[in-house]
Amino acid sequence: MSGWPEQSRRASQPIPPTEFEPVIGLEIHVQLSTNTKMFCGCALAFGEPPNTLTCPVCLGLPGTLPRANAQAIHFGLMIGLALGSELAPRSIFHRKNYFYPDNAKNYQISQYDEPLCRGGHLGEVRIHRVHLEEDAAKLVHAGASGRIHGSDASIVDFNRGGTPLAEIVTEPDVRSAAQAREWLTLLRTTLRRLGVSDVNMEEGSLRCDANISIRPVGSTELGTKTELKNMNSFRYLERGVNAEIARQEELLRSGGQVVQETLHFDPHTERITSLRSKEEAHDYRYFPEPDLVPVSTSDQMLAAARAAMPELPAAREERLQSLGISAASARQLAWRTELGDYFEAALASGNAPEAQHIQPLANWVCNELVARVGEDDPNASNVTPGALAKLVGLVSAKAVTVGNGKLVLDRLVAGGGDPAAIVEAEGLGAMAGGDDALEPVVEAALAANGDVAEKIRAGNLKAIGAIIGHVMRETKGRADGAEVTRIVRQKLGL
Amino acid sequence: MTAARNTSSDVTLLTAAGAVEAIGRGELSAAELFAAYRAAAADDALNAYLWVAEDAPAPGEGAALAGVPLAVKDLFCTEGVPSQAGSKILEGYRPPYTATVVAKLAAAGAPLLGKTNQDEFAMGSSNENSAFGPVLNPWDRTRVPGGSSGGSAAAVAAGSAPWALGTDTGGSIRQPAALCGIVGLKPTYGTVSRYGMIAFASSLDQAGPLTRDVTDAALLLAQMVGQDARDSTSIGFPGEISLPCSESLAGIRLGVPEELSGGGGVGIEPGVLDAFNVTLRLAESLGATVETCHLPHAPHALSAYYVLAPAEASSNLARYDGVRYGQRVEDGGLVGMYTKTRSQGFGREVKRRIMLGTYSLSSGYYDAYYGRAQRVRTKIADDFRAAFDAFDFVVTPTSPSVAFELGAKTADPLSMYFNDYCTVPMSLAGIPAISIPNGLSEGLPTGFQLCGPAFSENRVLEAAFALEQAIGFDASGGRA
Repeated sequence: MSGWPEQSRRASQPIPPTEFEPVIGLEIHVQLSTNTKMFCGCALAFGEPPNTLTCPVCLGLPGTLPRANAQAIHFGLMIGLALGSELAPRSIFHRKNYFYPDNAKNYQISQYDEPLCRGGHLGEVRIHRVHLEEDAAKLVHAGASGRIHGSDASIVDFNRGGTPLAEIVTEPDVRSAAQAREWLTLLRTTLRRLGVSDVNMEEGSLRCDANISIRPVGSTELGTKTELKNMNSFRYLERGVNAEIARQEELLRSGGQVVQETLHFDPHTERITSLRSKEEAHDYRYFPEPDLVPVSTSDQMLAAARAAMPELPAAREERLQSLGISAASARQLAWRTELGDYFEAALASGNAPEAQHIQPLANWVCNELVARVGEDDPNASNVTPGALAKLVGLVSAKAVTVGNGKLVLDRLVAGGGDPAAIVEAEGLGAMAGGDDALEPVVEAALAANGDVAEKIRAGNLKAIGAIIGHVMRETKGRADGAEVTRIVRQKLGL
Repeated sequence: MTAARNTSSDVTLLTAAGAVEAIGRGELSAAELFAAYRAAAADDALNAYLWVAEDAPAPGEGAALAGVPLAVKDLFCTEGVPSQAGSKILEGYRPPYTATVVAKLAAAGAPLLGKTNQDEFAMGSSNENSAFGPVLNPWDRTRVPGGSSGGSAAAVAAGSAPWALGTDTGGSIRQPAALCGIVGLKPTYGTVSRYGMIAFASSLDQAGPLTRDVTDAALLLAQMVGQDARDSTSIGFPGEISLPCSESLAGIRLGVPEELSGGGGVGIEPGVLDAFNVTLRLAESLGATVETCHLPHAPHALSAYYVLAPAEASSNLARYDGVRYGQRVEDGGLVGMYTKTRSQGFGREVKRRIMLGTYSLSSGYYDAYYGRAQRVRTKIADDFRAAFDAFDFVVTPTSPSVAFELGAKTADPLSMYFNDYCTVPMSLAGIPAISIPNGLSEGLPTGFQLCGPAFSENRVLEAAFALEQAIGFDASGGRA
C-alpha cells in the first residue's frame, strides 16, 4: 500500500462545511381498488390462498390477450383531476420487457411516452405524470437471503399479478425527508378521499420510491441521483431518505462521488445496499402494446370522472378555515379524512355548539378524541359525533368543567351513551358561579391551608393553585377554577 | 385408402358447402362425414396433422355448418388438446381454454377434426421450421407445402380435411394455399378475434379460412367474424359475409402493381407470371379493366415486415421461459434455466427472429429500425388507399414461385423470406386478400392474389368467385 489513501483522507477531512440541499422526487405506486384486475376479469383481494385469483390472461398463457379495465381508467382520470393534471385525449400502453418470474409474460404492460395524465401539482409539489400499469406477482424466496439470488427455491403467487396500478411521478420539488413524509400523507388522504385505493403502505397498496440527490445550497444544478426503494411505511420513508441524504453528504464531503444506482433500504438495519447487478442493468425495449388499442378519453369518460370527484383535502382545509377554524386544526381535519368527516358530522348533529364554539369542538376532536382513539377511525368508536358535540356544548356553557368533560369523554369512549345523562348520573355538573354551595368549600379550603392563604395575601397569586386543587378534590372536579379564584380573591380582600 | 376415396360415393370429395347441403337434404350424416375425414386424417402421409380427434359432438339443431369438421392450425388453443404452435417448447401443452374463433366455429357446427402442422410459431414459408418435421406437398411429396399454415393447406388439398383454419401474418394462409392449389383468405385485420391464437406478431396476425373453393371460404368466414370482448383489437365485420354468386366482372377495375408483378424484375418465376397474365386476360373477358398501378413503397414492405414482426415476436415469445408451462430445462439457477429452456426449446428460425426483434427494439436502435419500419407501414397503407381510389382491387401473383423442393431454401433465410414478397404489403396495410388457384406451372399450382380495401370481403369474394369459375382449376392433382 502506498501512502496515498491515508494522505487523501487527511487532505479531505477539513473540507469546509458546505451546506447541502437535498433534491427529492417521488415515484408512488398506488394499487387501484377496482373490482377486477387491470387486464382480465379476475377479482382483486388481499390475503387469499396463493394462485386462487388467476385466469389464463393474468397467468400469461399462450394465446391470451389483455383488455384494459375501464374502471381503472376512470380512477386514473379521477387521480389526474385531483392533481390538476392535463388528461390526455389519447394515451397508449407500452410493453416494458424484462425477464423475471414475477412477470407472467416477461413484459409488463405499462405506459411510456403517452401517459394518461401529465403535469399538475398537489400542495407545493408539482406532478410530472400519472400513468396506469399492471402490478407484478408476488415472489416468495425460500432460504436465508430472502432475495432470489442465493435462495433455495422461489415460488410465485400470481394473485397480485395484474392488479391495476397508478404510478404517480413528482417533479424533484421535495427538499427534506420530513417534507416527503408530510406530502405523501397528503397524497394518501387525497387518494383515500377519491376512493380509488386502500392506500395502505404496510399491505403494499401504496408504495413509494424516492429519487434523491444533493447539491450545495444555492446551486441550481442537479446532483447525481440515486433511486431508493422499499420504504414500506411513512416512518421508513423518512428514515430511508434521511439515511440516503446522510450517505451522499458523507460521500461528497470525503471527496467521493455519488453513483447513479438503485438502492434498497433495509428497515430493520436501516442500512442502504445497492441493487445493481448484471440482471438488473435493463434495456426495457419499450414499444407500443400491439394487443391493446389506444385509450381515447371521451367526453363521457371525463364527465363521469368529474361527477365522481369528492371534495379534496386541500379544498376542505380551505373551507374549514373559512368557518373560523385555526389553520392547524383545519389541516388536521382535512388531511385525516375520517377526522374531518367526524367533525362535520358533529357540526351537523343538531347538538352543534354556537359558532364561536366551533374551534373548541375542533380541539376536542383533534386533541381529546384522537388521544383516546389513536389511529382508529373515530366514526367507529362508541362516541357518536352528536354526543361529542353535546359534551362540547356542555363544557362551553360551563355546565361541565373541562376536567370533568374529559372524564365524561372517557366514559363515552368506554361505553357510549349520552353525555348529559352521564353528567347527571355521576353528579359531574359544574357548580355554578352564583352557587351558594361553592363558597363554604372555598372558605374551608382557605382555613385548612392557612399558610397558603398567607402567601396569596402576600401577593403570591400562583399559590391559588393549591386552593383550587383542594376545592377540586372536595367537589370531585365540579368547581369552576375561575370562580374559585374569584371567591378566594374576594375572601382575602384582594 | 386413397383408391377407396376416389369413388363417386366418397363423401370427402364434396366441398364443405356441398357437404352442408347433403347433410341438410338427409343424404349424409354428420357422423358419417366425420368418420370419413377422421379416417383420412389418421391415414395422413404428409405429416399434415399433429393430432386427430377421436370423435366429434353432434351438431346443434340447425347449425349453419351442419357438422362439417374443421382442421385447425396447431397454434389455435383448444381446451385439453395439444396446442404447440409447432414448437418443442410447447410440446404436449394442452391449454385450459379454447380460442374464440375455434369455439365460434364449433358452435356453428364445425367440430374439431385435428390440429395441423405448421412452421414453429408461424415463422416460415415452407413448413420446414416445424419442430415436428416438415409437411409434404400433396402435389409432389419432394416439395414443401408453403407456410406457415402448411399443414392446413396440405390437408385441404389432399382431401383429409374439408376445410381448415390458418393464420396469416405476412402470407401464411395465402402462400401455402397457392402452393397447394387451394383457396386461402386473409381477412381484414380485426374482423376475426385473435383470442386464443398463439401469437407471432400481434399487429399482423389474423385467422382465416383455407378451403377448396371460394364458396367454402365465404361459408366459413361468415361464422368466424365478429367482435370479441376478449380481443381489444377486434372490430368485427360490418354486416354479414354472404355467399358469392357473381360470374361477371363487368365494370370492375383491376390494378396490377408494377412493383409486385414482375415489372420491376423482382424475380417472379416466368411460369407463375405467365399464369398470372393469362388470368388477367380472362378477367378482361369477364368485363374487367386491367391497368398498371403503383404501390411505390411496396418494395420496402418486406424489410419493414422483418423489423416489425420479429420485434413483436421477441416480446410475444418471452413468456416461454420454463417457469409456468411447456418445456423446462433445469440448470441450477434462474438465468441458467431461462437460457437452456429457450436455447433448446426454440428452433433456429425462431431464435433468429427473436434476436432480430430484440436488436431492433434496443435502446439507441429503436428509431432507426422499429420507428422507421412503422413509418414505412403507414406509407404502404397510404399507397393502397390511393390505389383503391382508382381501382376496385389490386391483383398480384400470390407467391413468386411454385412449391420448391424440401431443403432448397433452408440455408438461405433471405430467399425464404422472399416468398412473402407479394403478400406482406397487404398484411402491413391490414386489408383483406385472397389467393385462388390459378392453373399450373411445371405441373404445380400457382396462386392469383386479389385484395381490396378494409372490410371489402364480400366484394373480394364475389370477384374471386367469378375468376374461379372462369379459371376452372382442376384440383385433383393434390389428391393423387
